[in-house]
Amino acid sequence: MLEVSPRPVGDDPFVQRLRAGDGEAFEALVRRETPRLLAVARRLLRNDEDARDAVQDGFVSAFRSLDDFGGRCQVATWLHRITVNAALMKLRTRRRKPEDSIEDLLPSFLEDGHHARHPHQWRDTGEALLSSREDREFVRAAIDRLPDSYRTVLLLRDIEELDTAEVAQALGVSDNVVKVRLHRARQALRTLLAPRFEKGNA
Amino acid sequence: MSVEEVAPGRAAHGPAALTCREFVELLYDYLLGGLGAERTAAMNAHLAACPSCVAYLRSYEASIRMGRMALTPSDDPVPAEVPEALVRAVLAARREP
Repeated sequence: MLEVSPRPVGDDPFVQRLRAGDGEAFEALVRRETPRLLAVARRLLRNDEDARDAVQDGFVSAFRSLDDFGGRCQVATWLHRITVNAALMKLRTRRRKPEDSIEDLLPSFLEDGHHARHPHQWRDTGEALLSSREDREFVRAAIDRLPDSYRTVLLLRDIEELDTAEVAQALGVSDNVVKVRLHRARQALRTLLAPRFEKGNA
Repeated sequence: MSVEEVAPGRAAHGPAALTCREFVELLYDYLLGGLGAERTAAMNAHLAACPSCVAYLRSYEASIRMGRMALTPSDDPVPAEVPEALVRAVLAARREP
């Protein structure tokens, strides 16, 4: 099997082979990157067929713009971004389905403005926190439970690290809507994680 | 100091004092450094007096970090199986004019 070089340079021999239309190099790249890209697209779209379409659209658009690939980042990073963009196009055109309300996952307050349920400290929130596979799975499952429009904004802003204006444009909403949704999504995620990570809970 | 010892609804006294609800509402902009000097000072004063909101702030930040850690590509287990049908479709799409 061909080695796909991770070197971040445009004159990388592997990138040169791709540009020259080397079919074997393309196949090696597609085989290596497809599983990871499919996981990224599934996370954003939560629909297998749409995710597969997004990966395919991403590759097609990547093949067409290989000459624009400046080599400022690794091919894998470049493909990741293109796939996220392809998934965003899908999100925009997809018919909106009614979704669950996020209200139940937001903190509640007493009439005088105090927390209705006082937040407790969490156990170690350092790097070690997610050392266990079960913890990571738990966090992924919690993100997956967020209503679509909130989960998408959280993934794009906090995980993919797009800026507010990029997300707003991609989703066809205002900057302020993105900010409000992100704050609510983080609060909801916090609510879902608290039972597992609060001190005193297993 | 427990929250109950503080004036009802306010973690600090004075007209600029915030309730816990207001603190949580303003948290997003506070963390971005996007509040003006007066509101930032009110947020700091609230934090100094309210252990509940200190815990809330820390767990809010921890949730962001943990989401990132659970989903960054390097930590994400890559499915070992290559979806053959998709690979073939991608390669076929490339050959189309």
